[in-house]
Amino acid sequence: MFEYAPAPESVRPPIKEHYGLFIDGEFRDAADGAVFKSVNPSTEEALFTVAEAGEADVAAAVAAARRAQEAVWGPMSGTERGKYLFRIARLLQEKAREFAVAESLDNGKPIKETRDFDVPTAAQHFFYHAGWADKLAYAGLGSDPRPLGVIGQIIPWNFPLLMLSWKIAPALACGNTVVLKPAETTPLTALMFAELCQEAELPPGVVNILPGAGATGAALVDGAVDKVAFTGSTAVGRAIAKSIAGSKKKLTLELGGKAANIVFDDAPLDQAVEGIVNGIFFNQGHVCCAGSRLLVQESVADEVLERLKARVETLRVGDPLDKNTDIGAINSAEQLSRIRDLTETGAGEGAEVWQPACDLPERGFWFRPTVFTGVQQSMRIAKEEIFGPVLSVLTFRTPDEAIAKANNTPYGLSAGVWTEKGSKILWAAERLRAGVVWANTFNQFDAASPFGGLKESGYGREGGRQGLEAYLDV
Amino acid sequence: MSDRLRVKKTYKLYVGGKFPRSESGRSYAVSSPDGTELANAALASRKDGRDAVAAARKAQRPWAGQTAYLRGQILYRAAEMLEGRAGQFAEEVAETGGVEPGAALAVVEAAIDRLVHFAGWTDKYTSVLGGANPVAGPYFNHTTPEPLGVIAVVAPQDDPFLGFVEAVAPAIATGNTVVVLASESKPLPALSFGEVLATSDLPGGVVNILSGKAAEVAPHLAAHADVNGLDLSGVADADLAASLEAAAAETLKVVRRPGKPGTSLDLLRQWTEYKTVWHPAGMAAAAGGAY
Repeated sequence: MFEYAPAPESVRPPIKEHYGLFIDGEFRDAADGAVFKSVNPSTEEALFTVAEAGEADVAAAVAAARRAQEAVWGPMSGTERGKYLFRIARLLQEKAREFAVAESLDNGKPIKETRDFDVPTAAQHFFYHAGWADKLAYAGLGSDPRPLGVIGQIIPWNFPLLMLSWKIAPALACGNTVVLKPAETTPLTALMFAELCQEAELPPGVVNILPGAGATGAALVDGAVDKVAFTGSTAVGRAIAKSIAGSKKKLTLELGGKAANIVFDDAPLDQAVEGIVNGIFFNQGHVCCAGSRLLVQESVADEVLERLKARVETLRVGDPLDKNTDIGAINSAEQLSRIRDLTETGAGEGAEVWQPACDLPERGFWFRPTVFTGVQQSMRIAKEEIFGPVLSVLTFRTPDEAIAKANNTPYGLSAGVWTEKGSKILWAAERLRAGVVWANTFNQFDAASPFGGLKESGYGREGGRQGLEAYLDV
Repeated sequence: MSDRLRVKKTYKLYVGGKFPRSESGRSYAVSSPDGTELANAALASRKDGRDAVAAARKAQRPWAGQTAYLRGQILYRAAEMLEGRAGQFAEEVAETGGVEPGAALAVVEAAIDRLVHFAGWTDKYTSVLGGANPVAGPYFNHTTPEPLGVIAVVAPQDDPFLGFVEAVAPAIATGNTVVVLASESKPLPALSFGEVLATSDLPGGVVNILSGKAAEVAPHLAAHADVNGLDLSGVADADLAASLEAAAAETLKVVRRPGKPGTSLDLLRQWTEYKTVWHPAGMAAAAGGAY
């Protein structure tokens, strides 16, 4: 492997020392004065402090959103709403590099990904949904689709700005207003987005951003909102579904996954290896739809594993702001500890662990890309979502066995299929119990393409025409 | 008047294509609103619910795998069978509901027309709800609605026949299989509807019909891990509906709350979820994005 000289990104975003809550178009501190720190996971240094929203702040934000929805945003013509969203999309594109660097600093993910994926895809989501705002009656959801009202939205730390865009863009396009809680460890780009809303002259109260942890989220779910949209763990999604039972609140959930990535013996192996690597090591494996279970046909298993290990040896783990970095920092000490725990159980249950020889920085939260072989379906590393750069490899003999193993999970978010045979792709895609199936590719996302799961991976879709259903009363 | 003794029907459950009694051996008396005793119906137990879910699960994959054309023809066949027995159903609707004969016949005719309506949807909703997505890259990308799987239904209490048919038809039209708890006090026409389905080439297990108490059986269906969707449109008690929804949340079932039904397309969409498939298009389309 070539040694590359460091190639750090030089742009520095204008990060403030302190951020408030964004309510009714203005930043303000929490009613009870609570504050927390956001840490750079690649250095463990504090980046800034931010107000932590409590119940009173949630009530104020929901009230502001209600006023804005009833007086301004709801009655506004779709054309005008769309123009605000186009304006936001353009501002995001203009400030793309600042957002990309900020995201890498706060989240720990490589600049290559924030620059080429997270931020451009977030801008695309606003641009795409902007165009829907004056065309909702043509969306096939009835001739008079109406907004739901005020939406409470809770997003995870793995794609902070992108998940914000998946939540806010369709909600606003459909005439709703939002109160969004970013994840506790990654509030930065949501707060920069709040500043961007000010710059776009978005009417006050249409977008409200409330940083905080689980208690803030629970207060938002219990607040006077018409709908809750949540992306995160299955355990929290289940708790939210229970807590709104018997109410009039609507709910969409995008939860965990344990996706199978199936490699048949007639697959294009070079591409498949790239897809396996992308499937599990993209974003440090902090991806709900990660291809965390590799199912490889026995006859090609040795060859695939040999090529896979050779490829993983070339991955560069380190400084998220270095343009050559493939794998950045684990988002938090807590997540690192969960990955370590589950990895240890894998070895304890008899799976064989392999890691490339790579140096890790001394400070920060890091985990080597890890491949487990000899994995049985009963092992925890085959059943539980690890949410880290850890691949479990299982084998199969027949296509039926591959499908049975792939579907042997309470989750149903995504799946991958690798074969050169078109009819086998369609056969497998029809049988896989997953909301998204990638054939001869993996981890592709687009504003025009609905994303979401089945079973314990949740319900509802984000993106595409079908994603509008989540934000309309039809 | 003939003095011939009338042969009365034993109303039984419809599970897995067969007509069993409750495994519990229990039954309950069904009366008309004026108190006239009409018949005994099986009082379904938790175990009957479990058997019905198992039958529905076994039937789901083959049913969803049938062509949409065939599913449509089978639903249409059910309409034909019901048309032929409209008089008997009108009588049951009239007796159990205390409805005037003319109004009862209108209910049955409306149910027949709903079956015909949904028969015609089976090979259309996929085109209407799904489609090709113009993604920003060299990929073929398309979305299709797929059945959720097994749906447990608490059928409307006071609309015991048309409401029942309207709950069942869209769910099975979209390739789901169902376990339906008929109206507790007025189950007879729904139970007889099993005979219509059994003679319509509908595979056993696609529709399973139970009679009994919602408060007894529905909690087990709501908590059953092999049930994917829960239709509470027939639960009149708000507290029971809330507790069933909370039980369904444990395995993240899709829940339809009590309330008025939407359009027929809303009903079809209720028990489907979208699957999106990606494939590279063109020789230059490389696998993977990030590396």
